[in-house]
Amino acid sequence: MEKLIISPAPHIHGGDSVRKNMYGVLIALIPALLASFYFFGIGALIVTLTSVVACVLFEYLIQRFILKGSITIFDGSAIITGVLLAFNLPSNLPIWMVVIGALVAIGIAKMSFGGLGNNPFNPALIGRVFLLISFPVAMTTWPVVEPLSMKYLDAETGATVLAAMKEGSAITVSHLDMFLGKMGGSLGEVSAIALLIGLAYMLIRKIITWHIPVSILLTVAVFSGIMHAVNPEMYISPLTHLLTGGLMLGAIFMATDYVTSPMTPKGMWIYGVGIGILTVVIRTWGAYPEGVSFAILIMNGFTPLINFYIKPRRFGAKQLKNNK
Amino acid sequence: MKSFRIGGIHPKENKFSAGAAIQQADIPATVAIPLAHYIGNPSEAIVKRGDTVKVGQQIGAGSGFISANVHASVSGTVRKIDVQLDASGYRRPAVFIEVEDDEWLETIDRTPDIVRGCSLGKEEIIQKIKDAGIVGLGGATFPAHVKLMPPPGKKAEYLIINGVECEPYLTCDHRLMMEHGEEILIGTTILMKALGVDKAIVGIENNKPDAIEHLTRLATTFLGITIQPLKVQYPQGGEKQLIDAVLRRQVPSGKIPIEIGAVVFNVATTFAVYEAVQKNKPMIDRVMTITGKDAPNASNYRVRLGTYLSHVVEQAGGIPEGTGKIVGGGPMMGRSLMNLDVPMAKGSAGVLFMRDDESIRKPSQNCIRCAKCVSTCPMGLEPYLLMAYCERNMWDELESNRTMDCIECGSCNYTCPSHRPLLDYIRFGKSTVGNIIRNRNNK
Repeated sequence: MEKLIISPAPHIHGGDSVRKNMYGVLIALIPALLASFYFFGIGALIVTLTSVVACVLFEYLIQRFILKGSITIFDGSAIITGVLLAFNLPSNLPIWMVVIGALVAIGIAKMSFGGLGNNPFNPALIGRVFLLISFPVAMTTWPVVEPLSMKYLDAETGATVLAAMKEGSAITVSHLDMFLGKMGGSLGEVSAIALLIGLAYMLIRKIITWHIPVSILLTVAVFSGIMHAVNPEMYISPLTHLLTGGLMLGAIFMATDYVTSPMTPKGMWIYGVGIGILTVVIRTWGAYPEGVSFAILIMNGFTPLINFYIKPRRFGAKQLKNNK
Repeated sequence: MKSFRIGGIHPKENKFSAGAAIQQADIPATVAIPLAHYIGNPSEAIVKRGDTVKVGQQIGAGSGFISANVHASVSGTVRKIDVQLDASGYRRPAVFIEVEDDEWLETIDRTPDIVRGCSLGKEEIIQKIKDAGIVGLGGATFPAHVKLMPPPGKKAEYLIINGVECEPYLTCDHRLMMEHGEEILIGTTILMKALGVDKAIVGIENNKPDAIEHLTRLATTFLGITIQPLKVQYPQGGEKQLIDAVLRRQVPSGKIPIEIGAVVFNVATTFAVYEAVQKNKPMIDRVMTITGKDAPNASNYRVRLGTYLSHVVEQAGGIPEGTGKIVGGGPMMGRSLMNLDVPMAKGSAGVLFMRDDESIRKPSQNCIRCAKCVSTCPMGLEPYLLMAYCERNMWDELESNRTMDCIECGSCNYTCPSHRPLLDYIRFGKSTVGNIIRNRNNK
């Protein structure tokens, strides 16, 4: 005991850290990664690895040479952006396109705003949408399922369920296959069960709360359910909505991004309901077959407004129910 | 299990000294009895240099409404009345006494017998409590007699006795309930009489099953007192949280508990009330916990006011090797001490030794907006936002986002994965906004 440390209370800390939360999310992403490798083979791994390496590298280069500040690539957030970006891409996307997506995600969507915590929009989704607009053909040419395939750029391609629906052709995939992930699509989004395992893990570890995923999925189910009940010929069933496209991935991993989602339970509900409604609207009436990315980005834009107006339940603000 | 309804955390309890019986601390050679209190006006010294005093003799008189009397905790000669660095880090007036013998005022009943009956009326009880200089021993050291005199138009319905002791490490209230349970219940009855209420609830956190059982058994012979076990959740012992937990009523923003018919007293204060009213003993000592992960003997001592902490610590085995920080009080709300040469005051509940490696805060990172501070805040505030407003000097926004409601429990800091100094900023914001409000009201 040389000198005593003087600091204000509290003098203990719960031991939580940014890194613990980020690596927790990464662990939760493992089942979906394994599923994508199983359904799409080596291409899924090539795209994911490229995306992660590119994201981490760009973050390092920007921090080292442009910002000349501290290097935070080990906090895990760049790795998550990399994995999530890859999960939103087809498994046969050329490497150079993946790298461009990573540059946009990290360079423009994250670091230009000041790094982790300051980005208004989800970086991985910005990267994905940039690629979708820039390379519409490559981004909507989906490999068909071929378990443990060794093909990458030469993989056979076919339409996704939602694209087929948009074109008015019949849906040939069973709900069970959709649930397991045996269908075409972005490499990480197909397996609902793998994503739900990830959700369970994050809820148990208390990394996220249930509000956002539940509010999104519930809204989509109710909204599309009403439409389906009114005209089953015209509108696909709510179960198909829930199990196809990027909805599970979006609701569980993209919309729950700490930085770009609201801070209060009530705010999370507003945000989740907004994403759910926008998703169904874009899927049904929009130009694109899939709308989860746009829905989340639009609601990201509303997050500051939601935080400004929606306040937590204050202690003693109004007399609660059992108060006399 | 009952608990408060918003937020809360569960830090590791580390109540090492829970089984250690209260020991009598040695009387030191000199004491410095603080005249200032945490809250309200300092008392005025009514003795002068060279006076001889007995144990229990009044040496300081409360000045103003919110102030309390101070009594000699030892017998001897007044050496000087001077400023002394106290546990809160300020230099404040104190009476220095050189100890000779241990001679008590004859009026004080020093026998161990429990005095059960109390025939005094409401006014007499309050006067005795006021004379004895009793202040709240839970931390805020608010004069007890003031709480017993509700403002006109307000009526107390419930007396709540706070035996929660939600701070990790501290066990002085726990030991007091185990060893002086009956006295505490008699004190409760006296306080009920003073307030004119017929219902009292003793709230105890569920990590003290022995105390709950002990008091529940004793309470069967007392009219109107119920023992309420509470969930182990910090800050269960916060006054507003405790009322919410036991009564399901929330004190409105900016108001005091009497607004919703509740008055809260800590168990240690209740015990002091018993001693003052039944044994004529003014507040001259209190129980404190000396503890820490490496403390040689985690223990509870009954210490005379004004005793230097170094004296008590020495008796408890000294400062452990590798201590990086010494906290006066518990780890959540206590203050870190520069050294142990500070006198024990009425609000000193413990001394906590922290290891080097747990003493240093981790560097603060960007806020990742995980919302964990919002969900743990027991007052329903947004700590991340309050800190951001403080950093930008946005005082109006701070006020409208109810920064003055913050009870400084530290749950936000404890939870933050980015190790942000949320409460440091909020305290700063509170003091600035508090000044702005005062200036506005004075205009």
